[in-house]
Amino acid sequence: MSIKHQNLVVSAAPHVNNPVDTAVIMRDVCIALVPALAWSIYIFGFRALLLTAVCMCASVFFEWAVRRIMHRDSSTIKDWSAAVTGMILAFNLPVGLPLWMAIVGCFVAIVIVKQLFGGLGQNFANPAIVARIALFVGFAGKMAEWSVTGKMAAAILNASPDAITGPTPLALLAKGAEVPNNAQMFLGFINGSMGEISAAALIIGGLYLVFRKVISPAIPLSYMATVAVLALCFGLDPIFQLCAGGVMLGAIFMATDYVTSPITTAGKIIFGIGCGVFTMLIRQFGAYPEGASFAILLMNILTPHIDNWTKTKLNGVEKGGKK
Amino acid sequence: MSSGKHLKGVHVNHCKNTAGVQIIPMALPEKVYIPMSMHIGAPCKPLVAVGDHVKVGQLIANCDAPVSAPIHSSVSGDVEAIEVFMTQNGRPDTNIIIKVDGKQEIAETVKPPVINSKEDFVKAVRDSGLVGLGGASFPMSIKYNTKPGQVDTLILNGAECEPYITVDHAAMLAHAQEMVDGMRTAMKWLGIARGVIGIESNKPDAIAKFKSILSGADDIKVCELRQIYPQGAERVIIYETTGRHLIAGKLPADVGCIVSNVTSMLKLQQFLATGMPLVTKFLTVDGNAIARPQNVEVPIGTMICDLIEFCGGIKEGVEVKKILLGGPMMGRAIPRDDFAILKSNNAVLCFDGTFAQQNKETACINCGRCVNGCPMNLMPARLSRAYKDKNVDMLREYNVMTCMDCGCCTYSCPARKQLNFEIKQAKLLVMEDDKKKKAKAEAEAKAAEEAKANEQKGEAK
Repeated sequence: MSIKHQNLVVSAAPHVNNPVDTAVIMRDVCIALVPALAWSIYIFGFRALLLTAVCMCASVFFEWAVRRIMHRDSSTIKDWSAAVTGMILAFNLPVGLPLWMAIVGCFVAIVIVKQLFGGLGQNFANPAIVARIALFVGFAGKMAEWSVTGKMAAAILNASPDAITGPTPLALLAKGAEVPNNAQMFLGFINGSMGEISAAALIIGGLYLVFRKVISPAIPLSYMATVAVLALCFGLDPIFQLCAGGVMLGAIFMATDYVTSPITTAGKIIFGIGCGVFTMLIRQFGAYPEGASFAILLMNILTPHIDNWTKTKLNGVEKGGKK
Repeated sequence: MSSGKHLKGVHVNHCKNTAGVQIIPMALPEKVYIPMSMHIGAPCKPLVAVGDHVKVGQLIANCDAPVSAPIHSSVSGDVEAIEVFMTQNGRPDTNIIIKVDGKQEIAETVKPPVINSKEDFVKAVRDSGLVGLGGASFPMSIKYNTKPGQVDTLILNGAECEPYITVDHAAMLAHAQEMVDGMRTAMKWLGIARGVIGIESNKPDAIAKFKSILSGADDIKVCELRQIYPQGAERVIIYETTGRHLIAGKLPADVGCIVSNVTSMLKLQQFLATGMPLVTKFLTVDGNAIARPQNVEVPIGTMICDLIEFCGGIKEGVEVKKILLGGPMMGRAIPRDDFAILKSNNAVLCFDGTFAQQNKETACINCGRCVNGCPMNLMPARLSRAYKDKNVDMLREYNVMTCMDCGCCTYSCPARKQLNFEIKQAKLLVMEDDKKKKAKAEAEAKAAEEAKANEQKGEAK
């Protein structure tokens, strides 16, 4: 007997991994956002692509720069998480927003909300949502200026092609004016933030994420169901309420952010219902026409508590019961 | 399956490269190294001395402790030395080193046991030297020494859910009838009415084989298990075949079950029929660095390097970087290849550098994949955090001791965290704390007793 092979690599089991890692998941989210991006380019023109690209680049740059300054590993830009944040933030902005304002938004999202709290996985709220709210409060005028830039948009919204502003469906509803019909609402022939106009395109992305097992359908479904039920209770059109404003984008892409949503299915359902309730309460009784981002932010803050209420229980043991 | 519900698990690439390959006996090595501790429980003491001639099947080590299993010589030859060596478990152990003479004479003691009662049967199980061959190496005689009426189901575990390993599959194809005979004998002596054979659905030929043998019989049923790791884990297979939950810290007998690996049952039947105890082990030798992947019948105590040599060695031009004993999900990576094959081994997998790469850990993104993959419904990410905080109370609150180390959490983690490793460490932390608490309670009780005694003395005066 003689040793043939030594100095082998020793490590703890298991010795194999699922090929899906963080970068794959984040890239899938970017892919899922592409249909909605394509639709906004079709409606609003090249400016939509420019805004998205600027937000993505700025977010990745801020992630890299702030981690360098803080002497942390700056290779985290390879996990695509900053790119996802930038893309989602762009989708939350009016297409005509000055680019420097969008970059300020990226700074808020990446530096203040994400990195100052410890980076990926440590932020208490969704960075894109806080950035949207910060811009909404800081640049109230520009953030509510729904300028129509694309030729297509002008044609659809029945306005002349020179920079014109057209109100969003929720604003029209608040004024009591005539609103677009449900088919227009669902397909996205409406005005609004860059990426949130087409429910159809967002649902395609959502189905892709569910199919790829990136997200569980629990949050989007419970969120949308709550919005629909409350709309009926308030005597509103549920389809209009679902397709208007940020509900679709929020339910599919922002409320499902892993870091700031509960881990168990029970927790996810509570989270989704909470988002739906707050969205509809703000829409119905609040000063703002839209409440999706505030609703999600509020539920983000409640997430640790929901997680504590909804721990998994052991197999064969009743919750809280003796073995 | 008694209910439509299943325990969670993960989809793992099967990589069953040697599926359907017959088990071939290995050429005898020059020497075998037989360690005294190949089972859970008290180690055995050698019964032979240096220079003694031993034969195949001869008892060479035993122990009186209830939890132990005797050890038999796997070869004929002369005892060359009895020395302490490092074993694959990372602990030094006394080894009986036998120089093989190549004659393979069978010991005179090898004859079928006479069984007239349950006690005879349990004694025969002990004499066979069998331990749980699925990997736990729990002495089989303890498992089979049940109270009357305690157990109603005998489960034969043919799930073989670990990737690469195919020996149980090959053994089932070759020896299905003997396995069924062994089951019936065990059921008869232990008074068990119901038998279940659990086989993962990726082995349709084995399922068909058992079904044809058992057609018309209603004492033993074949249960097709889903292809989700870890169907072969004891607690999982009990639930999947009977719908009963086995809670951590309890034994299968507490929920009326005995679980035996298919190869254990085969070896038991062979012992009952011929008297030959457990002296050889079926192993899958595979991995991307091995020249001739195959299933081999190996004398216990054979050096791993001799076995690799028998399988053509390492592929030319390939540098072996990782050798696993067992499958890639729960197997142990060994630092060198000069360890002896034990009773509980079922695979030797050799891999090159591409497999041995270590992934860099990144931040937890709270995705919940570890929770969705855990068959025991734990929250591994929470446990990992509690472990890092050394928060023993939180570890208990999240039921850390229920973890059975299947590795599903680490497998599915996109941040490449070593969740299972941390949980293993966390369990040690909790056990240490338990010990401390117990010692403290005992010390307090003693102090209270002494105080009371002193008081009484004072009163007496």
